[in-house]
Amino acid sequence: MATQHSRSAARLMMAPAVILLLGWMLVPLTMTLYFSFKKYLPMRGDSLERGLDWVGFENYSRFLNSSSFWPSVQATLLIVGGVLVITVVLGVLLAILLDQPIWGQGIVRILIIAPFFVMPTVSALVWKNMFMDPVNGMFAHLWRFFGAEPVSWLSDASVQSIIMIVSWQWLPFATLILLTAIQSLDSEQIEAAEMDGASVLSRFFYIVLPHLSRAITIVILIQTIFLLSIFAEIFVTTGGAFGTRTLTYLIFQRVVDSQNIGLGSAGGVYAIILANIVAIFLMRIVGKNLDR
Amino acid sequence: MARAVSTRRKVMTTALAWAIGLLIFFPIYWTILTSFKTEAQAINNPPLFFGFDWTLENYSVVQDRSDYMRFLWNSVIIAGGSTALGILVAVPAAWSMAFVPSRRTKDILLWMLSTKMLPAVGVLYPISLIFVEFNLLDTRIGLILVLMLINLPIIVWMLYTYFREIPGEILEAARMDGAGLREEILYVLTPMAIPGIASTVLLNVILAWNEAFWTLNLTAANAGPLTAFIASYSSPEGLFYAKLSAASTMAIAPILILGWFSQKQLVRGLTFGAVK
Amino acid sequence: MGSIVLEKVKKSFGDVTVIPPLDLQIDDGEFVVFVGPSGCGKSTLLRLIAGLEDVSGGTIRIDGRDATEIPPARRGLAMVFQSYALYPHMSVRKNIAFPLRMAKLDQAEIDRRVGAAADILNLTAYLDRRPGQLSGGQRQRVAIGRAIVREPAAFLFDEPLSNLDAALRVGMRLEISELHKRLATTMIYVTHDQVEAMTMADKIVVLQAGVIEQVGSPLELYQRPRNVFVAGFIGSPRMNLIEGAEARKHDAAAIGIRPEHLEISQTEGLWKGTVGVSEHLGSDTFFHVQTNASAQPLTARASGELALGYGSEVYLTPRPEHLHRFDENGLRIA
Repeated sequence: MATQHSRSAARLMMAPAVILLLGWMLVPLTMTLYFSFKKYLPMRGDSLERGLDWVGFENYSRFLNSSSFWPSVQATLLIVGGVLVITVVLGVLLAILLDQPIWGQGIVRILIIAPFFVMPTVSALVWKNMFMDPVNGMFAHLWRFFGAEPVSWLSDASVQSIIMIVSWQWLPFATLILLTAIQSLDSEQIEAAEMDGASVLSRFFYIVLPHLSRAITIVILIQTIFLLSIFAEIFVTTGGAFGTRTLTYLIFQRVVDSQNIGLGSAGGVYAIILANIVAIFLMRIVGKNLDR
Repeated sequence: MARAVSTRRKVMTTALAWAIGLLIFFPIYWTILTSFKTEAQAINNPPLFFGFDWTLENYSVVQDRSDYMRFLWNSVIIAGGSTALGILVAVPAAWSMAFVPSRRTKDILLWMLSTKMLPAVGVLYPISLIFVEFNLLDTRIGLILVLMLINLPIIVWMLYTYFREIPGEILEAARMDGAGLREEILYVLTPMAIPGIASTVLLNVILAWNEAFWTLNLTAANAGPLTAFIASYSSPEGLFYAKLSAASTMAIAPILILGWFSQKQLVRGLTFGAVK
Repeated sequence: MGSIVLEKVKKSFGDVTVIPPLDLQIDDGEFVVFVGPSGCGKSTLLRLIAGLEDVSGGTIRIDGRDATEIPPARRGLAMVFQSYALYPHMSVRKNIAFPLRMAKLDQAEIDRRVGAAADILNLTAYLDRRPGQLSGGQRQRVAIGRAIVREPAAFLFDEPLSNLDAALRVGMRLEISELHKRLATTMIYVTHDQVEAMTMADKIVVLQAGVIEQVGSPLELYQRPRNVFVAGFIGSPRMNLIEGAEARKHDAAAIGIRPEHLEISQTEGLWKGTVGVSEHLGSDTFFHVQTNASAQPLTARASGELALGYGSEVYLTPRPEHLHRFDENGLRIA
């Protein structure tokens, strides 16, 4: 189908996208790398025109040795891990539920999918104020209704609050993906299992779950990549306080608040490496799919 | 399934599903409801599900005091502009990858997808530096460019998958029928690809509208879209729940409606075809 | 007007040569069928002629002029694809008119030709429908109509009937043959079905692994197959091929006898055997017989209905004038 003619035309047509993305990747990356090896605190008088001092890997070790580093790793693991567990487990259950014959299935789907389309700042603020506020929030009203003391969610249970907010946003995504995967399961397989005498539970564990394992892996990988860079939700609620300062937020603060560009850049490099590791796994699966 | 499920079971699962659905949707519902209350009624204890005076004052206050329309317009321009630009760049690229694949095509595609995995915070400073240098800070153009770049991999990917579904034989038939490249694209490819392009546009407008990192960090008063506007409610003065609800409702309504239509696109666009 | 000559045409994909240098001559007005097993290169060859693939070597001449470098649209050929490849967003009328639009004919002429083609193919009632609203056979005809209006030098058919069910296939086969008689244009037809080849072709080209095994009329291929491959490919059920002692009796490495050329007797004959599975079609009966002549069972055909039970004893005698002999290279011994 391809003739010589087409090939050169094709290369030309790919060029803008490739060049743009190449530039987008290389230029800022190189700059971040550059800054990570320099001492650069613009608020304290360093300036680009006067040249910056080379400090080798000092920023990298300082970042790791800083007292905020390990807590940020912990916050990241808690938040990302918590959201993953909730969204995957509930996602699977919801997907199975939605796969059953139900009246008004279309509408139920819309209800469950909706949170994903709400912008992060809106969902964070709605949750923070209208649900989690210890005086006026819905939870406060509910707690008081049962005679309990309302919880000051965002100050006392910050990590859990963030997990709740983010899970609410991402549960639809997981559910949708897993529902799509369940519906792609050839019903004949299940029917064969039934003929072979398998109970409902056995059918789930031996056929449905393995079939879903691929989709679950995808959900975990994709969500991990996006969850690692959660920003807005933390920005408008806790501002990183009370143990919700994830790695991403820590880096953000180093760059924007403390204006220690060198340190922040080194942190950025760490974040990039981390994301790339996850991405490699994801790309392998996607790549295998492209071959089909 | 061809077998009938017992009505009792259907009733129970329906009840369960609806209960969960309503629970999950509740925050959105509550926000919309609250937007029509007065501030005092918004914080009423017990919470008022009905029996309050419906009012539109919040909507007008939000517009008057904070020029909501400007932020809305920014969102529209930024989401629309970055999507349009992205489509312009991506259609030729996706065309060539789908119809004139080479041995490298798969690698290039995977590489493009991988650029989406770049954590934004890692390049925040360089980008802001570049923006300052080129006077792009707090401009809509600047944001259009950035959002176009971060969504380009998804746009290319989605168009690629839609183009691949067009049977190659139909394009060959067009070629045999005397169509040159221009006619082939104009009269055969594009009409067949329109549904796919529309789906891609849909998903990308949604993603761009909701983007909440670059829109928060690269804008201020001028080019801030709705994401930034809502963020300003994080340190409010006085009673503001009803106003927050009104602003939020307006901010999310368009996307909720678009989102209703774009479920399939969501799966296709964000799982990169790994789930069918 | 529609003569096509292939000289040393070769096709490779990377390091793999799928068609070694090949020569072929197709005369104007012939109905030529490319036939062979899956992967033999027949579709590739067709696409090379169409211009949808580039040759890796050799020349293609259409009506005397070198068409090797000419793009498909300007070779003056029309192709009917296996999947019909109709434009789903256009009506039947627009589908058929498309090539004429590309050729920038004026509307009156376009309408005239489309009407004529629709007439020939009984499509007039469907002109304003979309392909999605048509049945398989109707879509097939639209694809043919699109090819006819171009008044090409030759028609190229790429396994056009394989997507149709059996009954439809027989009907369409006749229609295509009728069309050929009527238009008298060269037709090159690719199929893996040797029945289609035998019934439709003026000339059959048998291909295997990119190599032409034999070119000839259907009868030639049936009566004088050049080698073991062609002998086994043409004719259904396949020719019985016997090696070993029995073949040596005839000074050959292998002998071949078609099922229809074996005399069946319950009392006497050359080869004694036991009946295995028998297939009763009403018009014929086929027996699979295990004989002393060959390790493989032989297939024998009886006209009409003949009832021989499983395991019964039977004698088969090959008719000597229909016995084929092949040497150790598989080639026919005259």
